[in-house]
Amino acid sequence: MLMHSHDDDDHSHMTDIEARVRALESLLSEKGYIDSAAVDNIVQTYEKKIGPQNGAQVVAKAWTDEAYNAWLREDATAAIHSLGYTSRQGEHMVAVFNSTDTHHLIVCTLCSCYPWSVLGLPPTWYKSPPYRSRAVIEPRAVLAEFGLEIPTSKKIEVHDSTAEIRYLVIPERPKNTDSLGESELAQLVTRNSMIGTAVIDPVEPAS
Amino acid sequence: MNGGADLGGMMGFGAVVEEENEPNFHAQWEARVLGLTIALGACGKWNIDQSRFARESMQPADYMKSSYYEIWLYGVTNLLKEHGMVNDEELASGTASLPPVSIKKTLRPEDVNTTLMAGGPANREEQYPAGFSLGQQVRTINNHPKSHTRLPRYARDKIGVISKVYGVHVFPDSSGQGLGEAPTWLYQVSFMASTLWGDEKPTQDSVTLDLWQPYLKANT
Repeated sequence: MLMHSHDDDDHSHMTDIEARVRALESLLSEKGYIDSAAVDNIVQTYEKKIGPQNGAQVVAKAWTDEAYNAWLREDATAAIHSLGYTSRQGEHMVAVFNSTDTHHLIVCTLCSCYPWSVLGLPPTWYKSPPYRSRAVIEPRAVLAEFGLEIPTSKKIEVHDSTAEIRYLVIPERPKNTDSLGESELAQLVTRNSMIGTAVIDPVEPAS
Repeated sequence: MNGGADLGGMMGFGAVVEEENEPNFHAQWEARVLGLTIALGACGKWNIDQSRFARESMQPADYMKSSYYEIWLYGVTNLLKEHGMVNDEELASGTASLPPVSIKKTLRPEDVNTTLMAGGPANREEQYPAGFSLGQQVRTINNHPKSHTRLPRYARDKIGVISKVYGVHVFPDSSGQGLGEAPTWLYQVSFMASTLWGDEKPTQDSVTLDLWQPYLKANT
């Protein structure tokens, strides 16, 4: 249930911050600065419509469609927008491709910039001081905590999102997936693999 | 500003802890703060850089121990007060005591989808040629403005290489102070990990930052 639709007046169970936010919304609404139904729609958009499933489609298409892959490398904004994934915090996109030589990792040390249009809202760890402080100075240690040991033969490239450019990691396509179609491949793509804190698990060969 | 938000390279925060099957919001108030903040953007009283500056102006010790949406609530409340849209008495009571100030518009539910999908592109027309070219070596400036900037402390006065030329974008150092967009060239600059963090770092690793022309000088 959404906060503004609560009808009871018993606020005794509310925390201080819940009470403050409720008072704020009520005030802003009374003054005509916001329409609570619009706030509902915004929340619902990020709960239901925009999430990592968008990015997974981009990745699966990059794996299966050579022309799309080339377009994504050349102009990720246009290539991603062409799938309908426009929207805020995705206005300017760059796709970075993991390879046998390079592993890419995305962070925003100054705030929490994140490609909302393709990944939805960022997880708490992405927004929190441990990740923001450490991803740039010791990415290998951070990745190890995510269970990823990157061999020293592989270069790590960290992208600190300091401007309005948003980065999407295109993970490597796992082996034994030649028979899978785009939508099946998209199911394999995890959010963390598109941030760079995971790779995609190998698929067991078909027996 | 050298505030609590400029976290790159700090130590002592501990391990990165991932919550399994994390929801978008841990309480309803978090969802409302996200929605309110976005909806208030339509009022046209401030821009995204002023929003970021409002958040990073939080006292550093408070910033570092506050949750993301607590920081958002702090930022948006201060912006509302600064622009005379609400006062402390109203915030405490949740009831208006002063008439509303004029705003550009109120975001209506039927316009949410269009507004979110349109976003707010930051690129602008190129009025003059780029000052730097791909592959060029540059050195970042060593300024410490008290106002908004997007050149983190860890990357000041460091040598890097232009790895992408993005075009002309709104300059947050100006926009964040409400002094206009002052669009200028934006580049991706690549720094060796050892340049930023010392010789013991793996020489093959690098960090890229997206930096505007005023942050850079040719390293000749």
